[in-house]
Amino acid sequence: MSSLSRDDVANLARLARIEMTDQELENLTTEFGVILNAVARVQEVATTDVPATSHPLALTNIFRTDVVIPSLTPEEALSGAPASEEQRFRVPQILGEEA
Amino acid sequence: MIKSSAAEMAQSLASGATTSVALTQAHLNRIAEVDEKVHAFLHVDTDGALKQAAEIDASRARGEKLSPLAGVPLALKDVLVQKDVPTTCGSKILEGWRPPYDSTVVSKLKSAGVVILGKTNMDEFAMGSSTENSAYGPTHNPWDLTRIPGGSGGGSSAALAAFEAPLAIGTDTGGSIRQPAAVTGTVGVKPTYGGVSRYGLVAFSSSLDQAGPCARTVLDTALLHEVIAGHDPKDSTSINAPVPQVVAAAKSGDVKGMKIGVVKELNGDGYQAGVRQRFEESLELLAQAGAEIVEVSAPNFEYALAAYYLIAPSECSSNLARFDAMRYGLRVGDTDGASAESVMNMTREVGFGREVKRRILLGTYALSSGYYDAYYGSAQKVRTLITQDFNNAFAKCDVMVSPTCPTTAFKIGEKANDPLAMYLNDIATIPVNMAGIGGMSLPCGVAPEDGLPVGFQIMSPVMQDQRMYSVGAALEAALLSKWGAPLLSQAPSLGGAA
Repeated sequence: MSSLSRDDVANLARLARIEMTDQELENLTTEFGVILNAVARVQEVATTDVPATSHPLALTNIFRTDVVIPSLTPEEALSGAPASEEQRFRVPQILGEEA
Repeated sequence: MIKSSAAEMAQSLASGATTSVALTQAHLNRIAEVDEKVHAFLHVDTDGALKQAAEIDASRARGEKLSPLAGVPLALKDVLVQKDVPTTCGSKILEGWRPPYDSTVVSKLKSAGVVILGKTNMDEFAMGSSTENSAYGPTHNPWDLTRIPGGSGGGSSAALAAFEAPLAIGTDTGGSIRQPAAVTGTVGVKPTYGGVSRYGLVAFSSSLDQAGPCARTVLDTALLHEVIAGHDPKDSTSINAPVPQVVAAAKSGDVKGMKIGVVKELNGDGYQAGVRQRFEESLELLAQAGAEIVEVSAPNFEYALAAYYLIAPSECSSNLARFDAMRYGLRVGDTDGASAESVMNMTREVGFGREVKRRILLGTYALSSGYYDAYYGSAQKVRTLITQDFNNAFAKCDVMVSPTCPTTAFKIGEKANDPLAMYLNDIATIPVNMAGIGGMSLPCGVAPEDGLPVGFQIMSPVMQDQRMYSVGAALEAALLSKWGAPLLSQAPSLGGAA
């Protein structure tokens, strides 16, 4: 039986960078109990002798020749930016200032 | 005019009986008349569509050689980017965003002269089976406006069923093309994974996502399939091989000597009586057309749903990390001194809806250290077992078939608060995505108990997509001669001039 506590769910929300309300955490804790029990069924047949499939195709690295091809202009690349400055994305403060 | 098939419209355009501008305007008028009730569209690109139509008409007047669908209008699911046209994926986090480039599907549509009418509604980031998860409100099923049109591509399927467009593009991660087709009485195809480029398709679950054609007839679907399919150097998972000859298959509809495998596990308990009845009748028609019906077994399909709800959320938790409020889309809380992390946290809280958050967290959990093997790892093993089931079954038959969905369209709101009940809708469509093979849904009648459409699913091996078109065309022809008119002629008129 799988279950997660409210604190576990709050930690997942923190890892996923979503600031959730108490009500959301409450609801998700209940829902996760049900969903995890349902999805845990995969363990019934996932024995050690079964290889894993990560992708439907046998993937190999694809390389292209190193030639310049047309691409977005800086204006186009920045056209959807919430904020930009001097042809760059302007982002909020990344490094903390407090000790 | 708007009730014709795309192939018939193309013929009228080629013969000069109508123009693309007139045809496009007729569909724009229809949208203006009925979309308030249906809500299939999130954005109607009136000027862009008419401009594109005028260009096609001018090319035709100059005697230029045009591709078969040139001048025919289409509805585009709002998960594929189109340059300068709003693309939201049904989410608040992308509200107002205008992409600076075209997806490969859109480039191919434009070069084939297909006129793009606008962007269709969908469950947010394609997560859902009803379009109720759209941040912009649900789409209504034209057969019964109180019911869901399927999802995630409910806008595309509803647009077809409401005669707002003769062609549409969908995307299918676990059934998002086929289930909407089934519940609206339209046709939808998920091509072989890698058959259609994913470049410019906003990713939900990259190893499962596949764009595909939607229409009202099997031939129209095939014509659109050949427009959008083919190798694309911009997508490293695009298959570098010739496109299966799906138009030829749809035109011949020959099933003589074909072996059709009925999947034992995708029928019976949990499937509505009327769904089973229409499915069985369709098998008889295919047998009469010369196919041999055999039973095949896929014992691991019962684990597909569980594996899907680990794999898809895991990949989504990674893919949706790109919505970080830094480069495009919504940004919330960017006040003096606010950190990037708090802006990110607040933006994602406000910008994402309930189901998207649920899946991101589920995926974060399934991928986390200590749980990875038990959840994501086990799900990947189930994926192997499902692929083996398909391989074993395809050794005994040319295509596999099942009902597309266990039930007909449910009521809007009926399952909104029960994620597991909602997920069960996709029980018959998910195995196809897990194995990366092709799948089609086409209408096979209405259920006697509720008068709502039932979908018939055909599954074909990797890059053998033409087989499902042969079978689909054969069944469609047999049903049409039985009914005397297309199934959609039984749908309510929705008012308006049509």
